[in-house]
Amino acid sequence: MNDFHSVTIDRTRCKGCINCMKRCPTEAIRVRDGKATIISERCIDCGECIRICQNRAKKSNYDDFSMLENYKWKIAMPAPSFYGQFAGVGDINVILTALKQIGFDAVFEVSRAAELVTHLTRRNFERIRSSHRGPVISSACSAVVRLIRVRYPALCGYVLPVNEPFHLAAQMAREEAMAATGLSPADIGIFFISPCPAKVTSAHAPIGIEDSFVTGVFSASDIYIRMQRVIGKIEKPEPLMQSGIVGINWATSGGEAAGLMTDNYLSADGMENVVRVLEEIEDGKLNDIEFVELNACPGGCVGGVLNVANPFVARSRIKTLRKYLPVSQNRLDSSDNSHMFWEQALHYEAVYKLDDDLTEAMNKMKKIAAIEAALPGLDCGSCGAPSCRALAEDVVRGTAKESDCVVKFRDQLELLSRTGVDLSSVLPAPFRHGPGGNTEEER
Amino acid sequence: MSEPIRITYEVDGEDFMSAGTASTDMKRVLRQLGLDSEIIRRAAIAMYEGEINMVIHAHGGVAEVAIYEDRIEMNLIDHGPGIPDVELAMSAGYSTAAENIRELGFGAGMGLPNMKKYTDEMTIETEVGKGTTVRMVVRTV
Ligand SMILES: Nc1ncnc2c1ncn2[C@@H]1O[C@H](COP(=O)(O)OP(=O)(O)O)[C@@H](O)[C@H]1O
Ligand code: SF4
Ligand SMILES: [Mg+2]
Repeated sequence: MNDFHSVTIDRTRCKGCINCMKRCPTEAIRVRDGKATIISERCIDCGECIRICQNRAKKSNYDDFSMLENYKWKIAMPAPSFYGQFAGVGDINVILTALKQIGFDAVFEVSRAAELVTHLTRRNFERIRSSHRGPVISSACSAVVRLIRVRYPALCGYVLPVNEPFHLAAQMAREEAMAATGLSPADIGIFFISPCPAKVTSAHAPIGIEDSFVTGVFSASDIYIRMQRVIGKIEKPEPLMQSGIVGINWATSGGEAAGLMTDNYLSADGMENVVRVLEEIEDGKLNDIEFVELNACPGGCVGGVLNVANPFVARSRIKTLRKYLPVSQNRLDSSDNSHMFWEQALHYEAVYKLDDDLTEAMNKMKKIAAIEAALPGLDCGSCGAPSCRALAEDVVRGTAKESDCVVKFRDQLELLSRTGVDLSSVLPAPFRHGPGGNTEEER
Repeated sequence: MSEPIRITYEVDGEDFMSAGTASTDMKRVLRQLGLDSEIIRRAAIAMYEGEINMVIHAHGGVAEVAIYEDRIEMNLIDHGPGIPDVELAMSAGYSTAAENIRELGFGAGMGLPNMKKYTDEMTIETEVGKGTTVRMVVRTV
């Protein structure tokens, strides 16, 4: 597994509170020595920790705008959700034209590729659905796909084995640019404007394909700020838009499913709801549903943490923007579409496995249960693990100690104090007097 | 052979929405043990259906899980009304679920048949007025 992650911690800002640790859906965060740390193999780059951090200590890394300079022909690929970021803009062409004024030579809307994915899904739906028992699960949200990869082994085969629209868009943009400019691929820079860290990660460490044609990824907020100085001044927008309602709908939860011509679908957004639905699918409860669209962010991609606008406002703007647009402007022709499918099936990553050997794993599991039983069960997080259970696991995995539990530690202290032992001799370093303290005198 | 891992879940008969929590937790444990995904799926479905039955037909009960090196045993024990005709209850599509339960999407009468289908062994001990114990085994090797 390529271990690129967009989400990282700024240790200077982190105060060691436990908010992100409690929120992380994969129990990837621990607080050690007063700072949050991320267990890389568990992190799905969903950005939940960024959303909750008050200290802005969690951040998403993306590419620097100066990267544009390395290319002769620069293409901007806005995500559909990007259109909802601008107040008072009634025409998507204004946004696309503004992109061309801040340094890009061309635009390629991701919504164009989204329309093709919709068409492809519709065309192949029966075949894909019949390959497994339950519903087909959308692969559009990278965080959801990564969540399934580490937590739902049985559902890996349920995921729509089709590339995310932005990967496909990059491929199409590249071909179009080569034909239009005669430039070689090395001179063409393709830049995705992302609503979330999960898609930044997906561009750099894609799932299903070996390499992406995306050159770099910028955050929606970064590009938004750059556009502020030009967007108000555009009087004659260029007619650049080449997609319709079907593609733009992908910006919001339920939008992808709505294009599939089945009423028998379910869409859920927000991490907690996503987890609930996945559990139910795994329990065989949703087998009569044909398609399940899941978005990790509230409201869908408009809720991504790299956006600027409130997701509900963005959603309403998108509703207005898509009025009077054609239903769809992109359809598959009869040519071979195999490039749209994943080259590799989604492969389960057993990141929570306790041991390769079953007997050993069982022994560890029993130890975890015994340790957990002796912990207070408060799930207070003060030990630096998200729950008492997680601390017990960490102890068995060798990454924490039982005495990291403050409640246990306090009990121990109390016991010791009753036996008359000097507490300063057992207190951990930070609380202790420096050398030359008054230990002798007190005794 | 070493001692099994034993886990007991209380299945709350009053709290409809909590049905499925035992299955969810059991899946986590099975994943950590590194069991095959198809095994996990089968055990999860059987457990889930059993939980639901205890909630909607028997005012709750207890789910006992024992994980051995070669099998997963799941015992669902309740003190509900019991099942008068087990053969009938086992037939596909048979359900006594009330209308309000059906409206929530339960009561398709496929729970017991699926528990049977997805496990390697299943036995039902039941006595009208006393309660029901469903024992299921999923072999892992
Ligand atoms: N634990 C139980 N206690 C009492 N009756 C039960 C229990 N489990 C199942 N039954 C009876 O068996 C019938 C069939 O069960 P099942 O196949 O799960 O279908 P459903 O739950 O959809 O009704 C139920 O409708 C109910 O009458
Ligand atoms: S990005 Fe998501 S998975 Fe990764 S540490 Fe943050 S909350 Fe956890
Ligand atoms: Mg049932």
